[in-house]
Amino acid sequence: MTLPANATPLPHTVSDRPFDPDAIYQFTDAQKALFEASQLRLMWWKFKRHKPALISGIFLAVLYFSILISEILAPYNLETRNSKFIYAPPQSVHLFHNGEFVGPFVYGFDFKLNMDNLKREYVPNPDKVQPIRFFCSGEKYKFWGLIEGSFRLMCPAKNGTLFLMGTDRLGRDVLSRIIYGARISLTIGLLGVGVSLVLGVVIGGLAGYYGGLFDTLSQRLIEVIQSLPSIPLWLALAAILPITWSPIVVYFGITVILGLLDWTGLARTVRSKLLSLREEDYVSAAQVMGANDRRIVFRHLVPGFASHLIATATIAIPTMILGETTLSFLGLGLRPPITSWGVLLTEAQNINAVALYPWLLWPVAPVILVVLAYNFFGDGLRDAADPYK
Amino acid sequence: MFYYIFRRVLMMIPTLIITSALIFAIIEAPPGDYLESYIAELKAQGEAVDNARIEYLREEYGFNKSPIERYFTWVSGMLVGDFGYSFAYELPVTAVVGDRLFLTVVVSIATIIFTWLIAFPIGIYSATRQYSWGDYGFTFLGLLGIAIPNFLLALVLMYLANVWFGTSIGGLVDPEFVGQPMSWPKFMSVLSHLWVPVIVIGTAGTAGMVRRIRANLLDELQKQYVTTARAKGLHPFRALVKYPLRMSLNFFISDIGSLLPAVISGAEVVAIVLSLETTGPLLIAALQKQDMYLAGSFLMFLSLLTVIGVLISDIALAWLDPRIRLSGGVRK
Repeated sequence: MTLPANATPLPHTVSDRPFDPDAIYQFTDAQKALFEASQLRLMWWKFKRHKPALISGIFLAVLYFSILISEILAPYNLETRNSKFIYAPPQSVHLFHNGEFVGPFVYGFDFKLNMDNLKREYVPNPDKVQPIRFFCSGEKYKFWGLIEGSFRLMCPAKNGTLFLMGTDRLGRDVLSRIIYGARISLTIGLLGVGVSLVLGVVIGGLAGYYGGLFDTLSQRLIEVIQSLPSIPLWLALAAILPITWSPIVVYFGITVILGLLDWTGLARTVRSKLLSLREEDYVSAAQVMGANDRRIVFRHLVPGFASHLIATATIAIPTMILGETTLSFLGLGLRPPITSWGVLLTEAQNINAVALYPWLLWPVAPVILVVLAYNFFGDGLRDAADPYK
Repeated sequence: MFYYIFRRVLMMIPTLIITSALIFAIIEAPPGDYLESYIAELKAQGEAVDNARIEYLREEYGFNKSPIERYFTWVSGMLVGDFGYSFAYELPVTAVVGDRLFLTVVVSIATIIFTWLIAFPIGIYSATRQYSWGDYGFTFLGLLGIAIPNFLLALVLMYLANVWFGTSIGGLVDPEFVGQPMSWPKFMSVLSHLWVPVIVIGTAGTAGMVRRIRANLLDELQKQYVTTARAKGLHPFRALVKYPLRMSLNFFISDIGSLLPAVISGAEVVAIVLSLETTGPLLIAALQKQDMYLAGSFLMFLSLLTVIGVLISDIALAWLDPRIRLSGGVRK
């Protein structure tokens, strides 16, 4: 590892004399393909065999694609208020009316205010058959806030309603809000992990490769951060964000906070990986060949644990999604008009909602699905990235 | 061994100093102080603000001093056991926290016992029958426990407990027992309320623990001494419990360190949802109201417990497992 005190490293030389790798032993084509496959290709082969991970990966890819076209997928706009349908229950989709095939349709609601308990009661009226329109022109929207459009995947019948998951206290369609909320909820984890990945790699990398005082200091800091309970720390940091900030800046603030507290584990992983890798023979070889530190780190060390790192980071994403949900629940995370699944769940945070309007709990379904998918996906990635399995 | 413990205790000092500075910085960082929000509150209620009294309070609590001076007052106070004064409760911090400590410890210990009782059998089952349907099922259940946000599970279980068993909503006792001395009916009432927080707080922890027991035990079961023991005809149960299980418990001992602060802090968010009178909601409220000495001293106390907990688990590990070197730690 270290050169003697009075020695100078040789200039960096790699011999360019011709060399035939097949001179000693002839490989079959299959063996060749295996031996010559890049690390990424090997990972992909292994990953494909892990079925739950593969399915989860596809599921996540579809979800992330959906946030590009939320406007088209959602039957209503994010803020559309149907003042005649406040706290309307979900409408179920039917196919047959009076034994006759109509195609997918819903029964329109008759509204009645129960004068005994002042509860709004909605009864499906079997005479109001409202076929769902597909690939239709519905409510106007601004695609990503830029381009006007009205093309949607499905719309309610003319003068009809389509609340597949009911409506909230302002008569906004819960399903549409979930579809829009995915934009925030799915990206907040990615950005947060991005922040923690950068911090973890830089700090852990410096500590692991150079050691010394920086290593000691960063280890103490990590110990300190890990010794503090996480939720109070989130809260304290979230309280620092000024109320005057616009919601979108708050959104970035929250991602940075989530990332700031998560990097410690990653930094430890990077450090310990570097510590063990830098003792490997190939690193000593590169060193005596005169490669400089930067080349050794980026050319020889980083590829050795990059895949492992990505897998570890993937597993951290669901924690961040849940963290955002919790922060928003406590009223310290995102605020309307920014809509995430956590913000939607704040509507369902009292026992009345659970008892009277259980459909307000729907946003928890995508949260659970995404967290599960990320866990399987991350597990598969980690197994695939482990060369000894 | 003595030298090792001595060195570890010395190393705690710089950690605690950094921690205290960090906590103080975090608590100081939000703009304004408690007095400002207090004045705003008084004005909002239409009450007259007595400037002389405000000045007196400012003087008394040291808000007119620089943050650095206040930091040193706070730290030196803690060294002699003075944790400061809660503005919101107008009581010393120790009194405010002390009131809630008993209930917190009850809930936490019940949760820990629940977690162990569930996690150990399942973990051992999953490891010995790897890739069986049972293993997959428990793994999936565990992941589900992690995936469901705790506060929501708490809400739904509280509602179901009310509908099915008629348990009163919120709190740990039925309303008629509040403020009553402990009695058998009150005790039963506590028990009937306790299971909701215990299950909710326990699920996430159980899932994580099952996964770790499984992974550690699997690592041990692959080793040759297990094969040898089986080949020599040792009873399968003994061949499992006597060595592999014991060896796989190292992680469990290092976990004890993080248990200590968890027992005291209680699960904050679940406690808020269930309106439990534990220390968690107190801490959250203190952070939100900028009741800085209450929040700061409590956080400091928690991190002190973490550091002590880690120390205890390190000593226990070194004592139980002679392979762990005392001098070098993990470094090469």
